[in-house]
Amino acid sequence: MIRRDLVIIGAGPAGMAAAARAAELGLSVSILDEQLRAGGQIYRDVDRAAALRGDILGKDYKHGATLTDGLRRADIDHLPGAVVWAIEEGFRISYSQDGQGAQIAAARVLLATGALERPMPLPGWTLPGVMTAGAGQILLKQSGVLARNAVLVGSGPLLYLIAAQMIRAGTPPAAMIETQGRGDIISAMRHLGGALRGWPYLLKGMKMLAEIRRARVPRFTGAQGIAIEGETRAEAVTLTSAGHSRRIACDTVFLHHGVVPNTQAARSLGVGHEWDHLQNCFVPALDEWGQSDVAGVFIAGDGAGIGGAKAAEYAGGLAALKIAEELGRLDPAACMEQAAPLRAALARERAPRAFLDAAYPPCVEALAPADNTIVCRCEEITAGDIRRYASLGCLGPNQAKAFGRAGMGPCQGRFCGLTVTALLAKANGRTPDETGHFRIRPPLKPVTLGELAAMDSQMQDAAE
Amino acid sequence: METDYAIIGGGVVGLSLAWGLLRRGLTVTVLDGDDGSFRASRGNFGLVWVQSKGMNQPRYARWSQQSAAIWAEFAKELGANTGQDVPLEQRGGYDLHFSEEALEAKLAKYETLKAQLGGDYPYEVLGHNALRKEEPHIGPKVVGAILHHQDGHANPLRLLMALAADVRRMGGRVLTGKTVTDVTKPDGFRIACADGTIVRVGKVILSAGLGAAELGPRMGFKAPVRAQRGQVLITEKLPKLINRPSLIARQVDEGGIQIGATNEEVGLDDRVTQPGLSGLAAKAIAAYPALAKAQLVRSWGALRVLSPDGLPIYQESATMPGAFLVTCHSGITLAAAHANLMPDWLEGRDAAPNLEVFSEDRFAVS
Amino acid sequence: MKTASPFLEPDDGGTRVEVSLDGAPLLLSEGANLAAALLAAGVEVFRHTKVTGAPRAPFCMMGACYDCLVEIDGVVRQACMTEVSPGLRINRPHEAEAHDDPA
Repeated sequence: MIRRDLVIIGAGPAGMAAAARAAELGLSVSILDEQLRAGGQIYRDVDRAAALRGDILGKDYKHGATLTDGLRRADIDHLPGAVVWAIEEGFRISYSQDGQGAQIAAARVLLATGALERPMPLPGWTLPGVMTAGAGQILLKQSGVLARNAVLVGSGPLLYLIAAQMIRAGTPPAAMIETQGRGDIISAMRHLGGALRGWPYLLKGMKMLAEIRRARVPRFTGAQGIAIEGETRAEAVTLTSAGHSRRIACDTVFLHHGVVPNTQAARSLGVGHEWDHLQNCFVPALDEWGQSDVAGVFIAGDGAGIGGAKAAEYAGGLAALKIAEELGRLDPAACMEQAAPLRAALARERAPRAFLDAAYPPCVEALAPADNTIVCRCEEITAGDIRRYASLGCLGPNQAKAFGRAGMGPCQGRFCGLTVTALLAKANGRTPDETGHFRIRPPLKPVTLGELAAMDSQMQDAAE
Repeated sequence: METDYAIIGGGVVGLSLAWGLLRRGLTVTVLDGDDGSFRASRGNFGLVWVQSKGMNQPRYARWSQQSAAIWAEFAKELGANTGQDVPLEQRGGYDLHFSEEALEAKLAKYETLKAQLGGDYPYEVLGHNALRKEEPHIGPKVVGAILHHQDGHANPLRLLMALAADVRRMGGRVLTGKTVTDVTKPDGFRIACADGTIVRVGKVILSAGLGAAELGPRMGFKAPVRAQRGQVLITEKLPKLINRPSLIARQVDEGGIQIGATNEEVGLDDRVTQPGLSGLAAKAIAAYPALAKAQLVRSWGALRVLSPDGLPIYQESATMPGAFLVTCHSGITLAAAHANLMPDWLEGRDAAPNLEVFSEDRFAVS
Repeated sequence: MKTASPFLEPDDGGTRVEVSLDGAPLLLSEGANLAAALLAAGVEVFRHTKVTGAPRAPFCMMGACYDCLVEIDGVVRQACMTEVSPGLRINRPHEAEAHDDPA
């Protein structure tokens, strides 16, 4: 089995930055990425797409190319299309690439698996034609594919970014249905200091809003009672805004109300998580270097807590420095010295977070869906089902899973976990921390029995 | 006294007993743990199984048969009472063999047991070709199988949910998130929980699975239970591939194929391991080669609750009369017996089944 | 398939290669993301759920939701994690019907 000092999972900004710095410091590094091309989601397919669509996507996107360049060193083993399905202590990482199972051993593991869209269960959200705003961005970034007649629904700066990009590409959104209201912006003002410290970010936001205004895209704020209509595909979105009911016809709906850390790999390792009240999600408990409460497991990037692409880069660098120091390749003084500029940059990047989280909170009705709204997409379990399991004594998601299969489908709770926890917490009068989350076990991603079995004989052959 | 009985442990054993007692008009409080507790009721293979039970103790084989015989009626009643179906299929089950020697050896044992049961042990041997007619997807490495007609399988999670609903419907009081710290008998029983809850009842049943190891001795039991891990795999939903269940694989009512299981002595560790999963996958493919392309979607480790001889323990405490230990590792198979036949034993009725062989006396050091 | 796709596809100047979808030939851009290419070609429904037979199409485009599952050369895979190559045989089995009635 190949042994490395450091195995990184995920080739987004955190993973790529960590890989480059670790290699520079003389560590042996493998970076495993389930995507076929490096860049993660934020810089999705940047090597091919920057030239084709860079002007629509913006300067920030093109920056990703400097990071993918950083991977092209002989001393970084980059494995694209490598789907990790188990990480066992030691560490032994099992993955699948091109239909073949393989394993790699590591002294340290850095989880850089990024974020997922916060689940947004609304009536009709499972219809064809309904996608996350992130999916809309990926279609544009990687494939240049644009939705002709799309409505954006939810809250958060990503909606403005994608609207601006669609406008520049010539297919403006048919409407923007925003769930944040005046009250949210006003309550966010107490964090204005932080926002102003992160002024370049705010300035970008204001420019995008101006673009959207100039393009005369209809915006409905304080939206409530949102539902997606259609028989076999999305046909319209209905809502109430400023006291008026509306029905907006469309072919595509992009949903978004924030992103949350992708905690699957971390949970499978038993990393401790806490409920973050500001970001309304579970975040791993980490020290200032990204070390978790499981020895040897580091987490950097949005998987550690939502901070954006630049913050991910700096955090990846910090983790690499600490790992190099732990493995004796960097003395503590040099480690602190090299960390200082990264910490300063990280603080600047994090400055506007509190303001943005307060100004664009999650959509309340999606956090507490109506009884007949599907919350587990894979097994088609509704919010009402979950509430019923609470009445049958389910205190937490694992009991609820046993009763109703929520979380048993292929996505393994990625899109229902937070919702199930929230519903059970509310029904049982307990906090999310007390309620807990799905127990995550291998396989992190499905793997064929044939591949699994082949590893069995590989071990036997090796032993002979 | 708040209720006639308190049942410590709200898994399939505890809830089956609660159900049976409530149906007799007795009052019950169930004390159950939290979301993170080891719950064998949640991680088992769902078999309603007669064969291989009691190979050295015919009374256990008979007890399993009795339960299997009344399981369908039990499931039907739960379904009718709660509106929640409890899927059950009893069309026989296999003991699959990859070598003639092993098959012959097993057969000899079955013959002996059959004689001890007066011939009431309906099985037949299927050679490879005969097996192929029943199971078109069986692989060439399987030399044959013993088909036992009293075997079957159920959906254990739906059973659990229906029991939870019916116990509540019949007025059972279920307290969740409780860790019992002490049981004393000042007059009647006094049960104390970690969060300060106190429950006062007439009788107590300890059916807390592995939890009995700690609590049992303080109630006058030996409670020699230990954990044995079984790793289990489940695939994506597939078209019909497997007609009858075996210990190697079964196709569940929802379409996935469940593959089991390891037998590991690793203490209270319910994690899965790559070698464990790979070994199980290899065995499943040896039995059903078509499974090579099936995607594994989930796996888990569950801790069996094992007595030294693998048989259930049914014991009334000598030091605290009115306290009972009820534990087994076949909680699904025995659910119907626990629900319908055990209450007579607990209440000391004439109709009580003879459960002598399951007492703790058998663990006495001679 | 609708004749006018809800999606607009750029002309990146890439090579078009032939794949088959449910036995019928289809021209897609070589190396393109398969889910994106199928959406742009007007494919609305990728699969039907096993539980109720409800229609589904790509949702997250990043390999997390499993709503874009199609059968590619006999193996069920996520279209959003696959790239177009010549000769791909893509099938959309109707799982709700394929699953035999359990006892």
